[in-house]
Amino acid sequence: MDRQAIMEQGLTQPLVAPLLSPAARRRQLREKVIAGFITLMAFTGIAALILIIIFVAKEALALFTEPEARHEASLSKMFLAQDVAPGRPPFRWQPVSKVPKVSMIPLFVGTLKTTAVSMLVAVPLGVFGALFAAEFAPRRLRELLKPVIELLAGIPSVVLGFFALMVMSTVVKEALGFDRPLNAMLAGLGLALAIVPVIFTVSEDALTSVPRSYREASLALGATPWETAWKVVLPAAAPGILAACVLGFGRAIGETMIVLMASGNADVISWSLGDSARSLSATIAAEMGEVVVGSPHYSLLFFIGVQLFIFTFVLNLIASTWTRRVVRKLTGGAS
Amino acid sequence: MTPNTRRAVGLALTSLTGLAAFIIIAMLGIILFNVVENGAGGVTWTFLSKPPEDGMMGGGIFPAIFGTAALTLLMTVAVMPVGVLTAVYLHEYAPPNSLSARFVRVAVVNLAGVPSIVFGLFGLGFFILFVGQGMDRALGHEEMYWAQPGILWASLTLAVLTLPVVIVSTEEALRAVPMDHRTASLALGATQSQTLGRVVLPGALPGILTGAVLAISRGAGEVAPILFTGAAYFLPDLPTHLNSQFMHLGYHTYVMATQSPDVEATRPLLYSTVLVLLLLTFALNLVAVIIRTRTRRKAAGSH
Repeated sequence: MDRQAIMEQGLTQPLVAPLLSPAARRRQLREKVIAGFITLMAFTGIAALILIIIFVAKEALALFTEPEARHEASLSKMFLAQDVAPGRPPFRWQPVSKVPKVSMIPLFVGTLKTTAVSMLVAVPLGVFGALFAAEFAPRRLRELLKPVIELLAGIPSVVLGFFALMVMSTVVKEALGFDRPLNAMLAGLGLALAIVPVIFTVSEDALTSVPRSYREASLALGATPWETAWKVVLPAAAPGILAACVLGFGRAIGETMIVLMASGNADVISWSLGDSARSLSATIAAEMGEVVVGSPHYSLLFFIGVQLFIFTFVLNLIASTWTRRVVRKLTGGAS
Repeated sequence: MTPNTRRAVGLALTSLTGLAAFIIIAMLGIILFNVVENGAGGVTWTFLSKPPEDGMMGGGIFPAIFGTAALTLLMTVAVMPVGVLTAVYLHEYAPPNSLSARFVRVAVVNLAGVPSIVFGLFGLGFFILFVGQGMDRALGHEEMYWAQPGILWASLTLAVLTLPVVIVSTEEALRAVPMDHRTASLALGATQSQTLGRVVLPGALPGILTGAVLAISRGAGEVAPILFTGAAYFLPDLPTHLNSQFMHLGYHTYVMATQSPDVEATRPLLYSTVLVLLLLTFALNLVAVIIRTRTRRKAAGSH
């Protein structure tokens, strides 16, 4: 028979599966069960993420369904200026006073203030530090720098909060002449300690993924090492560095203990860094302990949690898109 | 610009980046020095083995050390199987370019970015109020038994929080096991699960341990997720049941630092508590770093 005939025969006659012994069949079944179990376990991560949003949102839902909560904490009371006696601030967060005031604006301002300070300090430190580690540092120094960053990242945030509260507060107050020891500036500096490692690590990854040939070509054309780093390597890694900053920003928004301990937690709206500030995350931490389960105040705190979840979720998506972009750009679309 | 000025400008800016790196190292140094200087004197055997006395003005922190250890132990038991199997799925079982593996990865990345305080809300809303109340109803407890903050719920909340840490390190460890080992095992007639259990997982064990250690170090230091899921400020008794509340080093630090009636009197105890907490997390991190450098070197040598 020629090839053609064999192939046609193969097409018309159904293939017979080889007969398996019962032991082999049991083994096959066992393999399938194990593979199924492992796949099932792998979906725990997805399930956890979905459960988080469902259960945090579920407790906040009462704000929109129950008449009492809707009256006490409507969206307009949360986000718009309130009619108050002249001279009183129109935005206040005092959910447990006789007439509850539930404006989220002071919390947004507080979060933005502390986060802005931390970014202004941590971005230059983290990116420049990473540039040094990736481009200029002698090998020994680089090997020292990496464990140092890991140790810094390993310090629990409550310890950083403690350090800001006990040690940095007097230094900052004296140096900048603030009235209060606990203020937005101090909380921002404490936050910077927490996000420098994030920004450094992600930036350094992006910088070291730039191919050697970029640097060699630039140096061969007569550029100095600094010009190579600044005008060739840094632009090539730019999306990754942006991703690092976005990740640091997300971490700073969600960070709780440092702000809770160092910011003073007053619901004032001002742009002065010497005033105390109250952030979204710290508000949840400070008030959830004493709240009545099911009350409007309780739902409000969960609603803040939903907002925090959404902010950080969006920031993470942006960061991971940019990180992928830097990989795709540098490998020429291979991955 | 002449070449000389270009070089000078470059050198100046390069030293600026060096300065940034130096500041980072100095920050760590200052924090460590300050904590060790003020805390080392107070870390005695009595301090480590006695419960607090005189309204936190004296005694030790043994219940907090015990609570932290018990909490992280329960957390590790919960997170390791799930985390390791998820990584095994992603690296060994999922078909290449599989959509579900992509979803799992996206979920893990986003889970890692969820603020820790939101995990606390999740622990309260899901574990205590939903699972706990459901269990009380199903098991016929008249008064609250499971539907209250306790060490089990706190440790499960932390397990969800540390899941990405375990998955990422385990996957890195699996990647370091050479493909040849797998193909050799399969060629000898071993099934996929036999290959996994006898070749791949033993080969990846150091990396998996790194993941466990990193998760423990992260879990031991987190305070925000346990604020309303089980931590208590002062409990002379150790937790005996899965629904008992517990003392915790980090929470203890927070309360002593912010709510002490006499800051000056508690300061030495506070510093010693922080030192113990720092030593604990640093020792764990150091172990992780050592295991990882070793495995990386081995992996680099085998290619």
